[in-house]
Amino acid sequence: MNALVIAPIALPLVAAAVLLLAPRSTTLARVVGIGATALVVLAAAVLLARTLTGEVPVVQVGGWPAGIAIVLALDAFGALVLLLTAAVTLLGLVYAIGTGEDRERTFTPLVLVMSAGVSGALSTADLFNLFVFVEVVLIPSYVLLTLAPRRQRIAGARLYVGVNLLASTLFLGGIGLLYGVTGTVQLGQLAGVATASAPAALAATLLLVAMGIKSAVVPLHSWLPGSYSVAGPAVTVLFSGLLTKIGLYALFRLYSVLFDGDPRFLWVLLVVAVLTMVVGVLSAVGATAVRPVLTAHMVSQIGYVLVGLGLSTAAGLGAATFFLVQYVLVKAALFMVGGAVEVRYGTDVLARVGGGLVHRERWLAVAFAGSALALVGIPPTSGFVAKLQLATAAAADGPWWVLVAVVAVSAVTMVSMLKLWNGVFWGEPSSLPAPARGASATLVGPPLLLAAVALVLGIWAEPLLAASTIAGQQLADPSAWVAAVTR
Amino acid sequence: MTAAVAVGLLVAGGSYLVLQRGLLRVVLGFVLLGHAMVVLVLAAGGDRGGFALPGNGGGEPADPLPQAFVLTAVVIAFAVTVYLLGLLRAGSEEPSPADDDARGPS
Repeated sequence: MNALVIAPIALPLVAAAVLLLAPRSTTLARVVGIGATALVVLAAAVLLARTLTGEVPVVQVGGWPAGIAIVLALDAFGALVLLLTAAVTLLGLVYAIGTGEDRERTFTPLVLVMSAGVSGALSTADLFNLFVFVEVVLIPSYVLLTLAPRRQRIAGARLYVGVNLLASTLFLGGIGLLYGVTGTVQLGQLAGVATASAPAALAATLLLVAMGIKSAVVPLHSWLPGSYSVAGPAVTVLFSGLLTKIGLYALFRLYSVLFDGDPRFLWVLLVVAVLTMVVGVLSAVGATAVRPVLTAHMVSQIGYVLVGLGLSTAAGLGAATFFLVQYVLVKAALFMVGGAVEVRYGTDVLARVGGGLVHRERWLAVAFAGSALALVGIPPTSGFVAKLQLATAAAADGPWWVLVAVVAVSAVTMVSMLKLWNGVFWGEPSSLPAPARGASATLVGPPLLLAAVALVLGIWAEPLLAASTIAGQQLADPSAWVAAVTR
Repeated sequence: MTAAVAVGLLVAGGSYLVLQRGLLRVVLGFVLLGHAMVVLVLAAGGDRGGFALPGNGGGEPADPLPQAFVLTAVVIAFAVTVYLLGLLRAGSEEPSPADDDARGPS
């Protein structure tokens, strides 16, 4: 049964290879891509159910002993994020049918390779393999960003590739230094090493900085708006659900294992988290089109998740896990609505749309309203539960200014969401020419489903709350995971 | 010591080139930075000589792990460099007077 850990990596890779070799057919690509990803979702759900009992499924690839073998392991946090990323990939592939991006022959294989890399990065217990899997995620993403090369898109891609390449180089350097100091790159054997030795702590900090760049943490965030706003609509959804989340996952894993949640550095993380929240939300206020507003909010939400890491208590880490899950779903829904407006009306600039789409795009408006309320954190949506958890954890163990920031940033988030609602949906009927056909189900269905999930997770939060609490406890005390991967 | 100086020089040159405007220089800068990391990782394996195989005439074998890391890293860096050069080519096919970012300082 433990072999199931390999399935989320192997399945998409095999499916991608089949698609690249098979004759060109969009229907085949859709069936194989969605089928393989659905199987990954299933595998992730089974793995999550097992990890919630406290078990850590481990695979030593090739049967070698730990230290030589490539070790893949999943705890509750890893399995939960795996299920989340697989679900976003699945809905992203369905949505890509609606936007027409999957007619490009290489689209589906690239997405599959990317999701295989994400699964690998989530389950590996080895720093070097983490580096390799992150590259497996990044290289398809470089190509996806430039699938239909326009000049603007090439400029965005240049920024994106340059920044990520720099971060990867730093990460590799950090791995080299840590190996030089400790003689191993196996995360299990490296447990707590940064609390004991100053050189190891420096090398580990380099790893954190590299992952901070990848997850767009202020002051390393300015590449994100420039590159995400040039990608295609479905590609943006996939990027927002997968890429920065790998960086965040690695930050949580590395700080939990290497630093053992060391309280001496938590104030740095809290300052960075609050800065990320505030800078992100303020830069959204100035943006004038749907996608730039949403990418700026991505930065802000990453700050929220980091607050949990900055607290590094079981409650804080559990709240961050809950927040991460619900925010990825909500953000994907918002990007899907923005992309659908762009696909159907050719622009998402607020001044050009001019409002009033609620008369034509009723279901898109419903999906937007639901997910925007969840992003702000209005009850009874999932965002409310997430922010309540986070604020409770911050009030219990954090300084007062963290709590103030958590509440104040939510209020400013409300301002931008109202701006989008008024600029796109509300008001007199739009003067834009109406598209000849109604919006297809694949374009409107995924965001509606996600908005519904946000509502369900708000009213019936108990299952996810229980899962994220277990994940938080395991992150706060990673000894079960460490024991499993060094066995 | 030699490795430290080499890494320092490569990082200095690479950082300088990455901060330039022309994409070709940025690409070359990343190549230099990649080399710097290769030397760094190899140096992290210590200075034991010999082949990375047991039984090579009695000497202590070199640490094989950094060599394996470096092989993987070199392949990845190669792939990304080729992609970046493709991007450079795609960008230069659509010249625009407004885009002074694509040309280096004249």
